[in-house]
Amino acid sequence: MNDYDRFVLDGRPVHFERGQSILEAALASGAYIPNLCHHPEFKPHGSCKLCTVKVNGRFGSACTIKAMPGQEVASDTPELNGIRRVLLQMLFVEGNHFCPGCERSGNCNLQALAYDLEMLTPHYQHFFPARELDASHPDVMLDFNRCIMCELCVRASRDFDGKNVFALAGRGTASHVVVNCPSGKLGDTDFALSDKAASVCPVGAILHKRVGFAVPIGERRYDLAPISAQVPTQQAEEA
Amino acid sequence: MFQLETAENPQTLRRIAIDPLTRIEGHGKVTLLLDDAGRIHQVRLHNVEFRGFEVFIEGRPFWEVPVTVQRLCGICPVSHHLAAVKAMDIIAGYGPLPPTAEKLRRLMHYGQVLQSHALNFFHLASPDLLLGFDSDLTRRNIVGLVQDFPEIAKQGVLLRKYGQEVIRHTSGKRIHGTGAIPGGMNKALTAAERDELRRDIDQMIEWTLAAVHMVAALHRTKPEFYNHFGEFDSSMMGLVDERGALDFYHGGLRALDKDGATIFDHVDYSTYESVLEEEAKSWSYMKFPHIRALGPEKGWYKVGPLARVQTCDFIPTPLADLERKKMVALGAGKPLMGTLFFHWARLIEALHAAEVIRDLLDDPDILGTDLMADQGERKGEAVGVIEAPRGTLFHHYRVDENDQVSFCNLIVSTTNNNQAMNEAIRSVARTYLDGRELTEGLLNHIEVAIRAYDPCLSCATHALGQMPLQVDLVDCEGKLVARNWHNMRPAE
Ligand code: SF4
Ligand code: FES
Ligand code: NI
Repeated sequence: MNDYDRFVLDGRPVHFERGQSILEAALASGAYIPNLCHHPEFKPHGSCKLCTVKVNGRFGSACTIKAMPGQEVASDTPELNGIRRVLLQMLFVEGNHFCPGCERSGNCNLQALAYDLEMLTPHYQHFFPARELDASHPDVMLDFNRCIMCELCVRASRDFDGKNVFALAGRGTASHVVVNCPSGKLGDTDFALSDKAASVCPVGAILHKRVGFAVPIGERRYDLAPISAQVPTQQAEEA
Repeated sequence: MFQLETAENPQTLRRIAIDPLTRIEGHGKVTLLLDDAGRIHQVRLHNVEFRGFEVFIEGRPFWEVPVTVQRLCGICPVSHHLAAVKAMDIIAGYGPLPPTAEKLRRLMHYGQVLQSHALNFFHLASPDLLLGFDSDLTRRNIVGLVQDFPEIAKQGVLLRKYGQEVIRHTSGKRIHGTGAIPGGMNKALTAAERDELRRDIDQMIEWTLAAVHMVAALHRTKPEFYNHFGEFDSSMMGLVDERGALDFYHGGLRALDKDGATIFDHVDYSTYESVLEEEAKSWSYMKFPHIRALGPEKGWYKVGPLARVQTCDFIPTPLADLERKKMVALGAGKPLMGTLFFHWARLIEALHAAEVIRDLLDDPDILGTDLMADQGERKGEAVGVIEAPRGTLFHHYRVDENDQVSFCNLIVSTTNNNQAMNEAIRSVARTYLDGRELTEGLLNHIEVAIRAYDPCLSCATHALGQMPLQVDLVDCEGKLVARNWHNMRPAE
């Protein structure tokens, strides 16, 4: 390692490969930066802003800023974690996230981040949006009540599965993910359980049917260790 | 027409409300209508909260329901969890559960009965029984109990905690766990967990037995009073196994009339609608179920501890059955109908639950790892029934071809007891309140009768909220006569 292929993250040097984002380089080195819409296999999206860091004193998204020599990156600071908590709180009130009844509980990145960043209450007024469940597909269920608009499903279906099953509709606060077919029903598409998009959702919005709650409390992913302590496992799995 | 249910000229009468009731689960109130001479003309138990839970469930995927229905109640979530999963076992097409899975569910359920019964008796009811119905209001609570009977209060706390540990080890959490899933269980019991529970169970049996003896001794001090307080004739219903034994987890429906004669027996609960019917009344959010063959006037019944220990032929554990025989003998061949017998029966059941927990822990099957049944053909409709701590609990679902719940009907224990509770408070009002100056102590007699049923009004109205903890005594002009705060609901 020399000065040309590393930057400094929270006072510690991090090695990077040319072309890597700050987030990718950090995760590869085993250092955690909170993130929700990032996935190593897909183009960065930069929408959730959970990965917000300060690079040489200026705010930016670690998933979209390329790593460069000489960068001084601050991530795990009270200021940045405070911002992230507010972002999480807004996500929680914007959808209908009722963790005790959700089968993704314990395996959900949103919930795990909220625990990790010590979000104690949703703080803001709940929107309670009315969103329909789509159970028309025999093997996969959509519950957009829990969608956080990371568009991982959109990216996975388009870029990996080559199907384009999901799309974004509406604008601004009214924007939401839809199923890309005339009826708008997943059952009317060629979507399959084996699609990448069926297993990419970081929350409980895209679910394999009839397997919910099969893993007992205590053995679920984030029962074992907090999300920030699972960087190496995550890297290994996703590679 | 039920006596005292509807007064003839309500506008000429004075109205008194006990609102909200204290030391019960949920938010309810009682209204009394009196004339100038203090004669009682109308007594009603109301529920004042309502949010339909069925609507909340409809449209949801079936495998989620056993977990989400636990939100119905912070006190008996396990009962809803298991009643729902019993229905979903069938919906999902699973056959009989492997012995380990069924025994783990039983363990969870009997743990729940133990903790719920301990909560009712020690925290909610014993201040009345041990300190006096009209004792100092500010001390007639768990704090007063701790001061005067520290040992009993401590046992109550530990019994409840023990039951919660059983629930935690089988469902993953003390409250709102996941344990049971359609077709079986998601978690085996480890040897370490089993040993931990086994270590204290003999102590729990000893304490529940002592509590039964304590209530029996109380009864002997004033037998006339205990026999007849809130007494009224009624039918009774509960689940029994094929031998006629008490079974909280599974069985057929049995109903007996006031003399103990059979109305129906071993009815397959999936056909409950052939024997029961529900009726709505304009003044209560709670429905009034009744036995179809007897009609709405005569068909109402009791469920819960006092009904169960008298509808079964025997209790299948020795200590509890001996105590049952002693209690039932007081009726000299007729079923006991005094409301305070509920406490005695409840403790006998707590004792039974503790004995069953011990037997399950001693059974090698309990450490098995075969947790899922074989899967066959899906069904569109199913009913799950269980004996919850407060009585028979019905969950009835239809699920469409997309796996979504399209219909849901719940008859909760407290709803089954709706008419009986109204009869109990009318009986008490007639005997103790009629024609008298109404003091707080006398009004508490009404609450004592309701508490004996251990109603869960949050369950009964399928409400999702918390109850406020304040007693207001209001006169006919709506003027506040007295107000008191209780902080009795143990934190969940
Ligand atoms: S459904 Fe899941 S993967 Fe798709 S946008 Fe919503 S949260 Fe992201
Ligand atoms: S992970 Fe960077 S914006 Fe979502
Ligand atoms: Ni309840």
